[in-house]
Amino acid sequence: MHWYRPHNDSWLIFIACEPVEALTPAATQVFSISCEGVVLPIVGCLAKFPSEEWIKLFMEEVNTNKNYEEAARTWEGDFLFVIDADAELKEPSTFYVDLWHGKCRGVALVKPGESKKAAFIYSGPYSNWKKLINKQIDPIQGLLTGKFKLQGDMVKVLRAVRAAKELVETAGKVPTEFA
Amino acid sequence: MWWFTSPKIVFGEDALEQLKTVEAKRVLVITDPVVTKLGMLELVLKELKHVTPDVDVFDQVEPEPSFENVDKVAEAVRRFRPDLIVALGGGSCIDAAKAAWILYERPDLKLEAVSPLTKLDLRKKARFLAIPTTAGTGSDATWVVVLTDRAQNIKVDYIASRELTPDFSILDPRFILKLPREATAYTGLDAITQGIEAYVNQWQNDFSDGLALKSIQLLFEYLPKAFDNPDDLLARQKTQNAATMSGLAFGNAQVGLAHAMGHSLGAIFHMPHGLSVALSNLYVIPFSSRGAAERYRDIAHTIGIEEASPERATARLVEALKDLMTRLNMPTSLRDAGISKTAFEQNIDDLVEKTNRSTCTFVNPRVPDVDEIRKLFVCTYEARQVDF
Repeated sequence: MHWYRPHNDSWLIFIACEPVEALTPAATQVFSISCEGVVLPIVGCLAKFPSEEWIKLFMEEVNTNKNYEEAARTWEGDFLFVIDADAELKEPSTFYVDLWHGKCRGVALVKPGESKKAAFIYSGPYSNWKKLINKQIDPIQGLLTGKFKLQGDMVKVLRAVRAAKELVETAGKVPTEFA
Repeated sequence: MWWFTSPKIVFGEDALEQLKTVEAKRVLVITDPVVTKLGMLELVLKELKHVTPDVDVFDQVEPEPSFENVDKVAEAVRRFRPDLIVALGGGSCIDAAKAAWILYERPDLKLEAVSPLTKLDLRKKARFLAIPTTAGTGSDATWVVVLTDRAQNIKVDYIASRELTPDFSILDPRFILKLPREATAYTGLDAITQGIEAYVNQWQNDFSDGLALKSIQLLFEYLPKAFDNPDDLLARQKTQNAATMSGLAFGNAQVGLAHAMGHSLGAIFHMPHGLSVALSNLYVIPFSSRGAAERYRDIAHTIGIEEASPERATARLVEALKDLMTRLNMPTSLRDAGISKTAFEQNIDDLVEKTNRSTCTFVNPRVPDVDEIRKLFVCTYEARQVDF
């Protein structure tokens, strides 16, 4: 049983025959809907963070987020999001995210050894990324307290702080399974 | 994890006498012509005679200082090479002096490039002492500098560094005895708004909470007394303490949407800061209370409003603020503040844009989108009820 979100406000639901218990709890998220008195469980497949699948879903979410579009309509600048290895993540990972005038023009999972440049590098250990996505850390407070590091024009980021918040809000909307 | 930073604060009657105990070889006092004219500079210079004979004065800080004005202050600092900077005045003087301090210590930096992540390494050349002559901005206790960018007609509110927290703040009520009644009201309302916005802010914390609530309580009690009787030394002292406490509160948390709107109003209509933020707050509170009503109820309880329902307590808090503003002869809408409908409509796009870009907006308990900001300005103009 899977769900998939093809467009902004519509959900395509696949209802499977196998019992919910057959699916790995860690890889699923169980909801229920009521349809004419019958309660149906819905199981969503979660994208693993960090992964190429996750960053693509993130891009989809960014491009359907009107609040982000408005907040970042003058933003020009691409990012490398660096997820540093820590006790919970053995291999570091890097996302390339191209943000331009309220839209995300492209994303990529940067392969190990591959060199990719961007105007901004936002980096931090995996456990802090988890907290960020779960909204347990504010993105700017995260910078001020050293939980994350930023390379690039900090003042430009502070001027676009609402866009930064919206970006984090968007990350929280991606159905995420942490490693 | 978060921090709490504070200067060493000396407060109460005769607090200025402590100035003579500060060690320094060369002292530059940065102030403005009004403070000089009122004789306050003289009081400070008298105490500084006990510290060192090498004392100089720069007294040309402008109200709402611009980057150009700060350049002049910085030139005076560089020329005199002090090891102690004394900022004597309201928020404008203290902020201009802080900005000049950065340029003195770090001539390699441009102010526009300073952010909370910039390592400034201050105090290699000078320490910083603030003597506020108003009871409102709390700038003597914060690490933020607000300057005016005249070219873009905006208030720049992102120049900040914890290193900018003054080393000392001297709160002597004699310095605010001569504060005119109108300025007493403006600055007191600014301090109340700071306290309220710090308490409901997304970045609030246990340390800022205590200071915010106590400052609001003191101001509700003593601001009308200081307004009615400017010679009431106790009322002056309490409002002065409350202002610095609210500065500590928001300096260690943040201010919110009312300040974002107030900065925009100040930049465009040149409204007094305290009035613009207090007026905006009357309409921001009902908007923000969807998500922070219990926090507003705490504030209502602090000023004696016994109401269990968070929504009703919030509504009564707004009424109490309106009553206070009316008592202080302050308008409670932009229209009543004398802004014409034409001027308002001509500038509303700019007001919305500036507010949407302010760093204060995103830490408000409820973050508005641009349509909501526009509606809030319309409500603030027309004294319309906020129902969205």
